[in-house]
Amino acid sequence: MKRSLFNLFAVLVILSLALAACGAPAVEEAPAAEAPAAAATEAPAAEEAPAAAVEKTAIVGFTASLTGKLNVESTRQNNGFKLWMDQVNAAGGVPLADGTVVKFDSKFYDDESNKDRVQELYTKLVTEDNADFLISPYSSGLADASAVIAEQYGKIMVTTGAASDSTYQKGYTLVYQAYTPASAYLTGSLDLLANADAAAKKIAIVHENDKFSTDVVTALEAYAIEKGYEVVLNEGYDSGTTDFAPIINKIPADVDAIMGGGHFADGQQFAKALSDKGVAAKFISLLVAPPEPTFAEIGDAAFGIVGPSQWEPLAAFAPDYGPTGAEFIEAYKAAFGEEPSYHAAGGYAAGLILQKGIETAGSLDVEAVKAAIDSEDMMTFFGHIKFDTSAENHGLQVGHSMVYVQWQKDASGALVKQVVWPLEGKTAETVYPIK
Amino acid sequence: MNAGMILTSLVDGLLIGVVYGIAAMGLNLIWGVMRVINLAHGALISLGMFGVYLLFSGLGLNPYLSLVLVALLGLLMGVLIYVIAIQRVINAPYLSTLLATFAINMIIIGLGTAAFTTTPRDIGFSLGNVELGPLTLQGTRLVAALVTLTVTAILYTFLYRTRTGKYIRAVSNNRAAAELMGIPSARILALSFGIGTMLAAIAGGLIATFFSFTILSGDLYQQKSFIIGVLGGLGNPLGALVGGLILGVLEGVLPLTMPNTWVPVIEFVLFIVILLVKPSGLLGGKK
Amino acid sequence: MKQWLHPGFWLTLLIVLALGLAPVFTRNAGLRETGFTILLAISMAVSLNIIMGYTGYVSFGHVVFYGLGGYTGMYLIDTWGAPLPLAVLGGGATSALLAFGLGKAILRLRGAYFALATIGVNEAVRTFVANFKPFGGPTGIELQFSVYKQYGGAADALWLTYYGVIAISVFAVIFSYYIKTSKFGLGLMSIREDEDAAEVMGVITPDAKTMAFVFSAFLPGMLGVLFFFKNGNVEPADAFRLGFSIESLVMIMLGGQGTLLGPVIGALGYQRLRGLLLTSDAMIGSLPLKDFQLVIAGLLMLVIILFIPAGLVGWLRQKFAFLRRILV
Repeated sequence: MKRSLFNLFAVLVILSLALAACGAPAVEEAPAAEAPAAAATEAPAAEEAPAAAVEKTAIVGFTASLTGKLNVESTRQNNGFKLWMDQVNAAGGVPLADGTVVKFDSKFYDDESNKDRVQELYTKLVTEDNADFLISPYSSGLADASAVIAEQYGKIMVTTGAASDSTYQKGYTLVYQAYTPASAYLTGSLDLLANADAAAKKIAIVHENDKFSTDVVTALEAYAIEKGYEVVLNEGYDSGTTDFAPIINKIPADVDAIMGGGHFADGQQFAKALSDKGVAAKFISLLVAPPEPTFAEIGDAAFGIVGPSQWEPLAAFAPDYGPTGAEFIEAYKAAFGEEPSYHAAGGYAAGLILQKGIETAGSLDVEAVKAAIDSEDMMTFFGHIKFDTSAENHGLQVGHSMVYVQWQKDASGALVKQVVWPLEGKTAETVYPIK
Repeated sequence: MNAGMILTSLVDGLLIGVVYGIAAMGLNLIWGVMRVINLAHGALISLGMFGVYLLFSGLGLNPYLSLVLVALLGLLMGVLIYVIAIQRVINAPYLSTLLATFAINMIIIGLGTAAFTTTPRDIGFSLGNVELGPLTLQGTRLVAALVTLTVTAILYTFLYRTRTGKYIRAVSNNRAAAELMGIPSARILALSFGIGTMLAAIAGGLIATFFSFTILSGDLYQQKSFIIGVLGGLGNPLGALVGGLILGVLEGVLPLTMPNTWVPVIEFVLFIVILLVKPSGLLGGKK
Repeated sequence: MKQWLHPGFWLTLLIVLALGLAPVFTRNAGLRETGFTILLAISMAVSLNIIMGYTGYVSFGHVVFYGLGGYTGMYLIDTWGAPLPLAVLGGGATSALLAFGLGKAILRLRGAYFALATIGVNEAVRTFVANFKPFGGPTGIELQFSVYKQYGGAADALWLTYYGVIAISVFAVIFSYYIKTSKFGLGLMSIREDEDAAEVMGVITPDAKTMAFVFSAFLPGMLGVLFFFKNGNVEPADAFRLGFSIESLVMIMLGGQGTLLGPVIGALGYQRLRGLLLTSDAMIGSLPLKDFQLVIAGLLMLVIILFIPAGLVGWLRQKFAFLRRILV
């Protein structure tokens, strides 16, 4: 019995291995066979469009971190993008100068939040899935790897979540950043602090020791020194840290403000530890974690924490292109049953950037669309969008700026997120000092 | 640097050290009894965290009551893992058990990510703070220390005062000889793996009462457990507590003298050096 | 000389060559990228097999050689403007040097202690590099896009790295076979079977083990340079990802450790399977199958370890006597 079971398993495993190995030569055919099938299923949905015009489908390709450490941010971004696509297609697509109408379809793969296969998957998107436009993976390192492929094949790529400025200083010509760059993530919170308390002078910077956070705080420190602040501590912590006591013990007791953080999990834990340790800073501003709705799970420790956000539902811009904030929020809620986060808004904005470029260019020609995106200068529900077109920083986002949120208490004592900066978009006064 | 700062750092170090200690205890016990490095240890710690989280926020059960339930589930799960994945390869070259436990790790992490995503969770539970001179101590951390000491005492009593405990130590010393003496080694091994897993689940449950976590959080404690193992003596579950305290104090005090990001470098170099000089661990006995 | 006529050697070489050259003849970039991933895995597995399969020492943190080599190469290119081939050699040499320095010390440890020590080394190097300013500290090293110009643009540069990885994998197979059939290799295998006996029989075990470690570290160092050059940037977290080491171990286990063909087949099978799972559109209930790829990989691995510990090639050799003459 045992023996036959053993043989059965062995045969099964060998079979699956053999299948996998034999699959190798078939690699190009499989996706090619899938593509028409996918197109065919899309077609009936579009048949209501009255257009007698010729229809074209532009494919937008990207990878997303469906598994791995970045899957939450990535999934929301995906949803936002999908919403844009559905809305554009439902509205009949984008008309071109020659009378054809462009509709959109997307193709994406899981990159597992690691670099191993990013280039493989982007090449596959371009050469086998015939993607016309690309959207970057979520983090800077992954985006850099995919940018090499985008440039090589002359595809326009919009980056979302690839915040580091350095990506745009590498000499790419077709890569466009939808988000505010890392160098401007926390500088605004310094302006906010100056506005709240001109006497505040001492700042402690505590940040995750990775590329994104280090880029952010390097710019922050330079800006702080320029503004006459005294940076009394600038320390990193290893990614994945949960015990912040040792680093908090190094923060001088008389510090006015604490700034820094890193990503989601560590930022949340850091805020919690600051409260547990009874740190008496008057102002705390952290990266990434505070804008997330689940940040409030840490309870009173969240009170007073400020954080930069690419977008907030509350900040009402008057868009000259695309939906208003309220329309976007309503549509997103209807489609996905949750409040949109800035990742979701960013995904939608990436779609808008492409749409506007194609509309202006009136064609799908890369050079024409590139010229159109270069000249984009628009106000969307996501905020101002404009790109640096110099050779040194091509594609860097220069229009968009961060909004800063603070967790405050409403009349019933429940934690609510308020926009406190910039002043023209604020929904509440800054609570200062928080201790 | 003043005396107050050093005292605070020292106490913080001891408090996290206790947590490291209980996190490493299960790994150490399993290694000691069956020479298996359990690479699923971190994932099991994460499961303990989610166990307490789900019982507390789902059913409103007190976290410490949940902990008891989670511990029992951990015991059962450990026995199950042993029977399914370890028993067959327990006498094979050690690579087999390393990879078998790693496969379990992949399965748990994979299922956990699909079910819970990797958004951090926090049970939002507090017992308030205790002020002691310059020190601010969290209630949950103090209780965690208390629970750890109690669990250590129980484990000690169990290993040294009960018949089953003596069997475990006998199997740990020399499995073949123990079998000749009529000790049912298969059952003892399964039980030991179960207890090791139970300790991981308890550690996770305790950590969840004061830290935010994701399904990947346990991994950190697994890594620390290796270091603790060589500090306190691999294979000696009680040495884990001592090793944990040493590591905790190092992590608490070292950052006062150097940039914080250099601390892990020191830790790992220390780990390699001790491993080379005395593989059985700084405080370990026989080789 | 007779060993070079063995069909098993030619079979393995042919598989690697066929895999490697298919994209070259079809000029298909998609196939090239898939090929790169597979050949990279094959070379990693074949290299690791020298210390793990032949010598019996499981280097769990082997990715340290890949990461450190990659970093060194990127540093040479970025700071000194070194041409790619030189950077690749530099990366390989640095890794070999690290292995040489470490070898005498940590190879004294046996069994699981050695495995633990290699994990420690990887973490120590990773955390060190994250603090090491010449390597960019936490931000790593980034290459300007223009760096590809001297190789004829990004497209040609990607082809160039691909030729590089073909050359390395072909070399890896030949070199691994050479070791396996040499007197030195026999010494290694006697260490694997019984180290104390090997010593008594006159094998100078510390030297032999160190050399095996150096040989198995050299190629991963070169591979790291190719991979990160192609990606245009390197950061500590992706250079020293422990999961990558463990994947290499799994590939060897799948195919059969200690054999020549095993790691090749294992790497090929594993990467194809992962690739298929990642790009599959299948669903399990309401969740996509992709969400479970880690679970599936884990289950497959568990089954192999429990039921076919010798791996595919080992199992075939045990089962069918005539295959022993064909498979090595």
